[in-house]
Amino acid sequence: MSVPQLLVHDRKDNVGVVVVENLKAGTDMLCVITEDNSDFRLTVRHDVPIGHKVALADLKVGDTVTKYGQDIGKIVAPVARGEHVHVHNLKTKRW
Amino acid sequence: MTQNNRKIWGYRRENGRVGVRNYVAILPVDDISNAACEAVANNIKGTIALPHAYGRLQFGADLDLHFRTMIGTGANPNVAACIVIGIEPGWTQRIVDGIAKTGKPVAGFWIEGNGDIATVAAASRKAKEFVHLTSGQVRVECDISELWVAAKCGESDTTTGLASCPTVGNMYDKLVPAGLYGCFGETSELTGAEHLAAARAVSPEIRDKFMKTWQAYQDDVIEAHKTSDLSESQPTKGNIAGGLTTIEEKALGNLEKIGKKVKFIDVLEPAEAPARGPGLYFMDTSSAAAECCTLQAAAGYVIHIFPTGQGNVIGNPIMPVIKVTGNPRTVRLMPEHIDVDVSGVVRREMTIDQAGDSLIDCIAHTANGRLTAAEALGHVEFVMTKLYRSA
Repeated sequence: MSVPQLLVHDRKDNVGVVVVENLKAGTDMLCVITEDNSDFRLTVRHDVPIGHKVALADLKVGDTVTKYGQDIGKIVAPVARGEHVHVHNLKTKRW
Repeated sequence: MTQNNRKIWGYRRENGRVGVRNYVAILPVDDISNAACEAVANNIKGTIALPHAYGRLQFGADLDLHFRTMIGTGANPNVAACIVIGIEPGWTQRIVDGIAKTGKPVAGFWIEGNGDIATVAAASRKAKEFVHLTSGQVRVECDISELWVAAKCGESDTTTGLASCPTVGNMYDKLVPAGLYGCFGETSELTGAEHLAAARAVSPEIRDKFMKTWQAYQDDVIEAHKTSDLSESQPTKGNIAGGLTTIEEKALGNLEKIGKKVKFIDVLEPAEAPARGPGLYFMDTSSAAAECCTLQAAAGYVIHIFPTGQGNVIGNPIMPVIKVTGNPRTVRLMPEHIDVDVSGVVRREMTIDQAGDSLIDCIAHTANGRLTAAEALGHVEFVMTKLYRSA
């Protein structure tokens, strides 16, 4: 298998993690779900740094973000599929 | 030979424990005895001073923790012999007596009525004796499963949850059933994954003990002192730069360290030595690297596994700290800090099973005497946990 640009932990997740450096907007990414080694393709809409998240679906304010198949927080600004998800649009539900 | 019954070369201590280093430690009871300890360590080669910031006017649970940390540090099997120096004889002797229970050579000295110079002279003579007594000790063959191996992650990012923490978990899944003592902590940093951690307790009793400990940290530490949602503290600025957004996301990656199968068999107070036999233990600790490592060393752990994403550089003076990273950028930019490179996992060139085996190889080499990156670079962070202000 060629080297993926995006890894997703669990089939239920709505975000994935960029695992290559210098990823540019418009790249057609090979995405692998680590849980079962299945893959799919997705076009990234922003330059996203290594380690940062990309939305796998359109997300609206109040939506729960799922990673590892678990709740990791809520959306506070709308995100489209393929866009960067981070502190500007995702917040903790704790503390 | 499989990974879980391989042999290592360690120091068999008087109490049967296996050490992987052979230090003569010069341990101050209190902050004002640091200078004398450092003078002794400067006089006598082959010794190491462990200066710290506390030890005066502490009381209650905070004083208990101070003694537990001091005695546990001196008692750690990586310490062959120990000199204790305090300002006065009472608390000094209490620490000497605690360490002496292991059967190892230990001697105490105090400064009041003697002054620094006479104290340093007497302690230096004894330290030299201890160096001659211990430096010729020969390593003996031991089972890898006799080691006590703790873990804590730091400067985490999203690759720690994908690669380096699951690597540690794979190691625990392989070695804990063979008899290894494991340890994870970071109470506040399990927030968001506390339900998953609780489910890994060996019994309802231990699950309740865990949840009570976790809730107490939320109520007494976080809720009592917070001024915001802890943005920039938990997750840290480094975590955020690495792509982690929320404490829940960080906690889920953190918890990958305990693997898929192994259950934890007790919940320890900070620096408390495990007493329920071989197995994985949870310890109530801060998530700050040096504080957590110091507590785990004081509980008796002899090797530490430290998965990092963005490149935490932590070490410990008496416990080798092995760095594991799955972040290819960190491997590229900070290779001198990394002992085990598992970045092949995110490229799908290496399985978690293979990564776990490479970590076990590194544990064996480290146990045999190979210096870790943190040891070679001189990282000796020794940071006591303090529960509240002194009297």
